[in-house]
Amino acid sequence: MNTQTHFAQPTVVAKQTLTPQQIFRKQVAGESLHPGVSDSVHRHVLTVLVENTLDALNRVANLFSQRGFNLESVSMGEAKDPSLRRMTIVTIGNDRIIAQVIRQLNNLIDTIEVEDVTLHDHVERELCLVQVRCSALERPVLISVVDIFRATVVNITPDSLTFEVTGPPAKINAFIGMMRDYDVLEVARSGRVAMRRELAFEH
Amino acid sequence: MNIATKVLERATESRTSKNAPKGESHTGGGLLTGAEIFIRSLEAEGVEIVFGYPGGAVIGIYDTMHRLNPTFKHVLVRHEQGGTHAAEGYAKSTGKVGTVLVTSGPGATNCVTGIADAYMDSIPIVVFTGQVPTKLIGNDAFQECDTIGVTRSITKHSFLVRDVNDLAATIKKAYYIARTGRPGPVVVDLPKDVLMATAPFHYPASIAIRGYSFAQKGNKNQLQIASDMIRASKKPLFYVGGGAIIADAAEVLTRVARRINAPVTTTLHGLGAFPENDSLSVGMLGMHGTWYANKAVQNTDLLIAVGARFDDRVTGKIEAWAPHAKIIHIDIDPACISKNVPADCPILGDVKLVLEQLEPLVEPKDTSEWLKQIDVWKAECPMSFKSDGKLRPQEIIRALRDKTGGHATVVTDVGQNQMWGAQFFTYVHPRTHITSGGLGTMGFSLPAAMGVAFGQKPGGLPVISINGDGGVLMNIQELGVAAAHKLPLKVVILNNSYLGMVRQWQELFHEERYSHTDLTPTNPDFVKLAEAFNCVGLRCERPEDIQSTIDAAWEVTDRPVVMDFKVIMEEKVFPMVPSGATTDEMITASAEDIN
Repeated sequence: MNTQTHFAQPTVVAKQTLTPQQIFRKQVAGESLHPGVSDSVHRHVLTVLVENTLDALNRVANLFSQRGFNLESVSMGEAKDPSLRRMTIVTIGNDRIIAQVIRQLNNLIDTIEVEDVTLHDHVERELCLVQVRCSALERPVLISVVDIFRATVVNITPDSLTFEVTGPPAKINAFIGMMRDYDVLEVARSGRVAMRRELAFEH
Repeated sequence: MNIATKVLERATESRTSKNAPKGESHTGGGLLTGAEIFIRSLEAEGVEIVFGYPGGAVIGIYDTMHRLNPTFKHVLVRHEQGGTHAAEGYAKSTGKVGTVLVTSGPGATNCVTGIADAYMDSIPIVVFTGQVPTKLIGNDAFQECDTIGVTRSITKHSFLVRDVNDLAATIKKAYYIARTGRPGPVVVDLPKDVLMATAPFHYPASIAIRGYSFAQKGNKNQLQIASDMIRASKKPLFYVGGGAIIADAAEVLTRVARRINAPVTTTLHGLGAFPENDSLSVGMLGMHGTWYANKAVQNTDLLIAVGARFDDRVTGKIEAWAPHAKIIHIDIDPACISKNVPADCPILGDVKLVLEQLEPLVEPKDTSEWLKQIDVWKAECPMSFKSDGKLRPQEIIRALRDKTGGHATVVTDVGQNQMWGAQFFTYVHPRTHITSGGLGTMGFSLPAAMGVAFGQKPGGLPVISINGDGGVLMNIQELGVAAAHKLPLKVVILNNSYLGMVRQWQELFHEERYSHTDLTPTNPDFVKLAEAFNCVGLRCERPEDIQSTIDAAWEVTDRPVVMDFKVIMEEKVFPMVPSGATTDEMITASAEDIN
């Protein structure tokens, strides 16, 4: 088991992210603030390996409200080891906040491993079900549109169609965007799951 | 022979292993009830004292305790909150894990304040709460409460035991998690049916938790960088927090500070980590820290933070705090590093081990210029107070210090009394200053002082509980417990008939609108109150009587003494960095006089 994440020495604060204090100090010292340097905010995808208990899920979700972190999406399912669950969390923040999120997640007893996959080459996927009102007349047109997204029809009634589409979140957004031209009855998104591409070759 | 007697006999046999704390314990294949396993596990863990309050869900444990006469002592407190604070006081003064046992529902919710307090101040306590039977959980049963849910964000970890076979190992884990790394409170929720079910008893000698690990030694590269920074520094300053005391690092810290001739300032929780009578000490920093400590922080070029967390009461307006300093931050909690203030050289590890690694890497330094400057600041604005014939709280704290020579454990409450207790008592030993610093829990002092006294060996240091007239009433019921156990607590009430700290803010920042801070109409006669609890009550109204009052209190050795000092209400805590202001905008007592 790789417990290295727990012992990882935090390195010197990333130079590109300045805290208000650092900015203040630079101003006091008369140093220039490098143009373009800002406390920029990014979306990060974290994968968290946790114990397979309800309390573990609770603790992770609770951490975000307790510490005031942003939680955009969360999904959870079985990992390779049945005693574990892999959570995929999408959160937003600057480098300093994200570092805090990761360290606080690591501090939980129930977390085995926390990884910011955004820093690496990784795969992100989301599954989406969309139900659209659709008469028999409209069907061929609609199906020709969804074929472009390689969506499949999973249910059909005389006046509706339900599609399943899988892909990176941008594709899902585009698909739902296209469906807006029709009468969308219901949308269900799974939230993201993600994995590093290198994962299999590292150990 | 009925089954109960059989179980009892087997349980009694198993006591042969009770004197081997933390070792393996077996019952030789016999079955014990959950309640019996609970008691045997606490014995095997080496628990000395349990602060508890019985109720329906834990009645089985209390019954078993009555039958088995366990090796640990049980103290019946009078309110569960008092029990948790007592466990905190015990844990902070002894360095061991405090134990609390309460029933479900209100028993558990009454513990919430104490658990949150322990979480904020990293105090190792394990709180066992009763729970309704597993099949009733979620049914809104009598005295049911989702204890795990309620305490989730104020515990280091928590367990709901659903199977009696897991009970012993869970207790082992709870104590291990509470004690190690950055310590903290752990809640173990015990459903009633689990306590009645039976299982073989086996207390594991060691435990592995795959998701849990903590840093030990520091990274060598980082240590090298730190020692280079120390060498290059002209005005180094140690900023020492409670972590140094938790890690028992006071001795090595003192050696390193003296070796490099660096002055030392401590946080409220760091008091006692470095002897305050040493010439290198600049006392406490922060909102009510000394003028010279805060001046040193604002001028230092290298801040060596040891087991401290850059709390807002320390930094004030964080952007303008320590503007010239590079920062070395030694801490065991990775989440603490660069949380509030970015560290130039973070060193993750056990504070004691890291300082021991650092000691041979640093060379003696000449910092005489810097120390001379600090002496100028010390002379500019020393810690002082007026002597004008009025009874002032600072004079009482000084008299207590002089009575004990600083060799006492001082447990303060929250508010003005806490700050005067921190400023005017000279702390020379670690673990002799105990307070609720993080959560700021009024009513902490009296039960915590009781916990300290229970943890002491015979002939230990005197235990002084410093209170205001507001906070002391919040857990006054524990006075009866201290009296019943003949604890010679010295309970000081700095009675100004006001919620003093709020009054101070109202005077300074709210144009003297004293909204709901006058306690005169509702305050009791504290001398009579003390006597009603079978304690000694003394009153002092003039400064010339301070000494005789304290002398009389020290004559009493078989019960608590309550000293009601009628201090003036106008006295304020200075220096003060107003909330949200920069440390440079500190208000001092003399500046206040000029106004």
